[in-house]
Amino acid sequence: MSERPDFSAFPDARGHFGQFGGSFVSETLMGALDELTAMYARLKDDPQFRADFDYDLAHYVGRPSPLYLAERWSKQLGGAKIWLKREDLNHTGAHKVNNTIGQALLAKHMGKPRVIAETGAGQHGVATATVAARLGLTCQVYMGAEDVERQKLNVYRMKLLGAEVIPVTSGSRTLKDAMNEAMRDWVTNVDDTFYIIGTVAGPHPYPQLVRDFQCIIGREAREQSLKQAGQLPDALVACVGGGSNAIGLFHPFLNDDDVAMYGVEAAGDGIETGRHAAPLNAGRPGVLHGNRTYLMEDDNGQIIETHSVSAGLDYPGVGPEHSWLKDIGRVNYVAADDQEALSAFRELTQVEGIMPALESAHALAYARKLAPTMSPDQNIVVNLSGRGDKDILTVAAIDGIEF
Amino acid sequence: MRRIESCFQRLDGQNRKALIPFVTAGDPVKDVTVPLMHAMVDAGADIIELGVPFSDPMADGPVIQLACERALAHNTSTRDVLAMVKAFRETNTDTPVVLMGYLNPVEVMGYEAFAEAAADAGVDGVLLVDLPPEEALEVKPVMDAHGLDMIFLVAPTTSDARIKLIGEAGSGYLYYVSLKGVTGSATLNVDEVASRVETIRNLAQLPIGVGFGIKDAESAQAVSRVADGVVVGSALVNQIAENKDTPDAINDAVGGILSAMRNAMDQ
Repeated sequence: MSERPDFSAFPDARGHFGQFGGSFVSETLMGALDELTAMYARLKDDPQFRADFDYDLAHYVGRPSPLYLAERWSKQLGGAKIWLKREDLNHTGAHKVNNTIGQALLAKHMGKPRVIAETGAGQHGVATATVAARLGLTCQVYMGAEDVERQKLNVYRMKLLGAEVIPVTSGSRTLKDAMNEAMRDWVTNVDDTFYIIGTVAGPHPYPQLVRDFQCIIGREAREQSLKQAGQLPDALVACVGGGSNAIGLFHPFLNDDDVAMYGVEAAGDGIETGRHAAPLNAGRPGVLHGNRTYLMEDDNGQIIETHSVSAGLDYPGVGPEHSWLKDIGRVNYVAADDQEALSAFRELTQVEGIMPALESAHALAYARKLAPTMSPDQNIVVNLSGRGDKDILTVAAIDGIEF
Repeated sequence: MRRIESCFQRLDGQNRKALIPFVTAGDPVKDVTVPLMHAMVDAGADIIELGVPFSDPMADGPVIQLACERALAHNTSTRDVLAMVKAFRETNTDTPVVLMGYLNPVEVMGYEAFAEAAADAGVDGVLLVDLPPEEALEVKPVMDAHGLDMIFLVAPTTSDARIKLIGEAGSGYLYYVSLKGVTGSATLNVDEVASRVETIRNLAQLPIGVGFGIKDAESAQAVSRVADGVVVGSALVNQIAENKDTPDAINDAVGGILSAMRNAMDQ
C-alpha cells in the first residue's frame, strides 16, 4: 500500500467502497433505503441512541466479551500467543446479536412493527428472533430449506422465541436464496417492515451500519490487547462469509499499519474442486443482493452454488468493504477447507474446553497454521465469533452418530 | 428516430396504447422463443420485453423465478438471447425489443461488449431491474452511444424528486410498477394507478408503461385507459409453464391471451 486511505471516510455518501458497494435494488426499495440512510445518519451520533445501544450491549448481551489467552493451545502450536475474542459468550451465542440490537433500535425509532431476516446457520435468525421477542415485534425468518435441515436446533430456538421460520426451496436452498426471499418480502411489505440484514452485505446503508454495530468487537479487542498483552496484536484472524464478525474485529485496527489481518473464507472441499465458498480467493467482481462485490459466478454471470460444512459461510458473495480491503491490499484473504475447520473444532474443544462454531473454526484453522510461523512474544487475536452447540448434530453426523 | 420512440408516436397518432408482453428467453427451451416473438406480434404486441434469465431474480415472484430456472436448466446465456433477437430481426424490423433482466449477466460481458452486441442484434432498449439511475452513470452513456434506450422503473414508493430524476435519466418509456411486491403479485388497483400515472405525467416527459398485476383483458383494458402502455408478464409465463411439455401449444396459448387484451384495449 503506497498511501493509507482514510478508512473512516468509507463508504461514500452513496455507499461505495471504491468500485464496490452501492445500492443495486429495484426502485420500490430505494425510498426505504433512503429513509433508513437518513435515520441512521441522524441517530448514529445521537447520544441517547448510543447510550441505549451501549446499555443493551452491557446488560442484555453481556459485553464486554473477554479476550482469552489460549495458553495451552498456543504452547502446543509453538509460536505466537493466541488470544480468543470470546463472542461465543454473548447472549444467543454469537456476534450476530451486536447487530440485531442496533437494527432493532432503528426499527423501533422508525415505528416498524414487523421485522424480517435471512439466516444461514441460524445464528442471525436466533439473534433477530431474540430482539423481536424483547421488543414485541412480529418476526419472520427466511432460511434455506437445506439449512433448516442441518440447523434444526436453531430452527426450534427461533420458534420458541415466537418467530416464524419460512423454509426457502428455490435455487440452492441456502443463505443466498433466503436473502432473495427476504428481499421479495421486503419489497411487498416495505411500509410496515424493517429488514434486519445479518451481515455487512446488501444495499447501502447496510454494509455500513452492520459494520458500525459490529465494531464493538474490535474496539474492545484493541483496548483489551493493550491492557492484557501490553501491546497491539501482530495479527488478527476472523472467518469471512458475508464478513460481519471479521469487519467488526478488523475495522478499529485498519489504521494500525503493523497489525496484519487475515480473513478466512470457506474452502469447502478445496478451492481447486470448485466446491467452496471463497469468492475473495477464487471469484470476481459482480453485482448481487444490492451491492457490487466479489462473487462466485460462471462465465454468463449466473451465481454458482457454494459449498461449506458451515452453513454460515455458505454464501457466494461477501461484504463490499472486504472486496475493497482485498483490492487495496490491507487485508489478506485466505481459506480453510472443511477438514481443516473440523479438525480445529475438535482441537480447541479438547485442548481449551471451548467448542467453537464451525464458522469460527475456519479462523482457528488458519491461526493454527499462522502461529508456528511467528515467535512466542507475538500475539494473534482470533475472533471466536460463535459457539459450537448448534453444530453438534452436524459433527455427530460426520462421526456417524445418530441420536 | 429510435424504434421505441417511433412506436409510441405511431400508436399515439392512432389513438391506441402499446401492448407490451414479457416472456423469459429460452423458456422452456431455446427454440421456442423466436417463433413465440413473432406469434406475439401477430396477436397484437407492439413492443416485446424479453427476459434475460438470471439465477437470482430478486424482484420476481415464483412464476418468473421458475421460468428463469427452466431457461437456465439448458444454459440460456445473454449471448443466446442476443442471437434470438438477431434471428427475430431477420423478418421483423419494426417491433421494438427490450431486454429485461438483472445487471450481473450484463456486467460480466462488459458494458461496451454488451451494448455493441445488443445493438448489432437489433435490441432497442435495456431494463435492468436492480440498476437504479444513481448506479447507472457509467453504463448509460455506453448504451446511449449504441442507440439503446435505458428504461427505468418507477414504483408506488418513488418520491416526486426521484420521478424527475428517473424521467431525465431514462429514455424510450418509463415502466411504472403498479404495486409494492414482486412480479405476478395480487391484482392492481386501477384507481390508484390512474392517480400515480397522473403524477408521473406531470413530472416526466416519457411515455408510461404499467406492469405488475395485469392478468387479463379486463385489467389490460382498464390500465390502457390511463397509461401509454400495458405490460403483461406472469400471466403469459404461466401459459408457457402449463405447456412446457407441449411447446407447440405455447404460441396459441400466449397469443390467445394477447389477442383478447388487444381487442379489449382497442375498443
